[in-house]
Amino acid sequence: MFQYDEKVLKDQLLELIRLAATDLPKDVVESIQAAHQNEEDGSAARSVFGMILKNIELARAESTPICQDTGTNIYLVHIPEGLSMRKLTKLIREATAEAVEKSYLRPNAVDSLTGKNSGNNVGDGQPYIHFEEWDNDTIEFKLMLKGGGCENVSTQYKLPDVGLSAGRDMEGVYKVIIDAVNQAQGLGCAPGILGIGIGGDRMSSHMAAKTQLFRKIPDTNDNPDLAKLESRLKDDLNKLGVGPMGFGGNTTVMGVKIGSLHRLPASFFVSISYMCWAYRRHSMILKSSGEVSYD
Amino acid sequence: MIKLQLPISEAAIRQLKMGDEVTISGMMVTGRDAAHKYIHDNWPDWLRPILENSMIYHCGPVVKRHEDGSWSFVAAGPTTSIREEPYEAAVMEHYQVRAVIGKGGMGEKTLAGLAKSGGVYLHAIGGLAASLAKSVVKVHDVYMLDELGVPEAFWHIEVKDFPAVVTMDSHGGSLHKAIKTQSDEVAKKLIFD
Repeated sequence: MFQYDEKVLKDQLLELIRLAATDLPKDVVESIQAAHQNEEDGSAARSVFGMILKNIELARAESTPICQDTGTNIYLVHIPEGLSMRKLTKLIREATAEAVEKSYLRPNAVDSLTGKNSGNNVGDGQPYIHFEEWDNDTIEFKLMLKGGGCENVSTQYKLPDVGLSAGRDMEGVYKVIIDAVNQAQGLGCAPGILGIGIGGDRMSSHMAAKTQLFRKIPDTNDNPDLAKLESRLKDDLNKLGVGPMGFGGNTTVMGVKIGSLHRLPASFFVSISYMCWAYRRHSMILKSSGEVSYD
Repeated sequence: MIKLQLPISEAAIRQLKMGDEVTISGMMVTGRDAAHKYIHDNWPDWLRPILENSMIYHCGPVVKRHEDGSWSFVAAGPTTSIREEPYEAAVMEHYQVRAVIGKGGMGEKTLAGLAKSGGVYLHAIGGLAASLAKSVVKVHDVYMLDELGVPEAFWHIEVKDFPAVVTMDSHGGSLHKAIKTQSDEVAKKLIFD
């Protein structure tokens, strides 16, 4: 049976939160550096990317949040057989409240009925935690911080869409994604990374889209058809010219990641989870020895 | 780079054009969703000296409280401005606010308001929270913290060399409209051709 020390694990989770909020992952930084090089000297876009890169460095050096909107904290946790999810949930919630005290996170949980901020970023459904069991004798915590600006431009289409002449096929999927990014303009803090969920019901489709965002930017989809669609969409979306923050420029998206689920005969959803350039995600693996590693 | 010092006159603001890069120094106040709703419901007089010939920053900061009770900003980038579209033109006119600072731009109603009352929309870079917090040199006061919570309270701050770009001016210019028109054309081709 997997054992862990609660106090030690809470501190390890706090470190995971600190990393997620203050330290942008290497693959994301490299994508932004490439986008910076890809803009013309003297352009607004180049200057925006320059400021973004400086901000990333500053946040890491001073251990302060990259963005003040420390977002919905989304956890995907893999656990070995028999481990209590309730106990882990409690630890994550405690670590979250502590992270607010240390100014790694903003108190971001507002009671939808009264408008009252809970003050510690913990509330009903916040943070969001999804558990899955796996065969390994380790616990894996994947954490993503997803801000409100990019969540607000995330969307869901159902095919067919007459206005976009988008049918129930991959061409239809392509069209609605082009439309979504064009509608979003700079509002989601472009350049974005898209997580796409094809199929499912309204809920599972969004979940599939968000789960895609745990992939690394340079990876390739295992499914060759989806890999092709990802690459075609990335190229074509960058022709839109929206650019960083919607100021105009050559990079509108840094990546497109697509997953699919079976659907009902009656339904054909395409869910688009737009992630801002401040693509904050880290993971942590805890071994039964107590040893921990972060990625 | 144009240096703006607050308070600022209507005449100085009307000289600004879409695309101008500016830095701002002086006293301004943060206000976002709950703050705008509160203003629009109450039109309080206590805000007038804070807002007149100054700027509203659409920002919900991460803050730190020090042992002596004073505050500082730890992370303070802009939030999306379009949510204040129903209120902003009226708020700017009522209090003679000379600019709002935010991200993503605003709509037709605000654009018309900027022309009418003499204001601009200043775009800060979203996600630049660590850097922009450095531009906030002092937190002078906070209003309605208990009622609105940390992200949504009115933080009365002093900034120095805060960088932004004029993306909507008082002459009807909007970079957001211009970029959208171009990208609509491209999207149309990709979708329908």
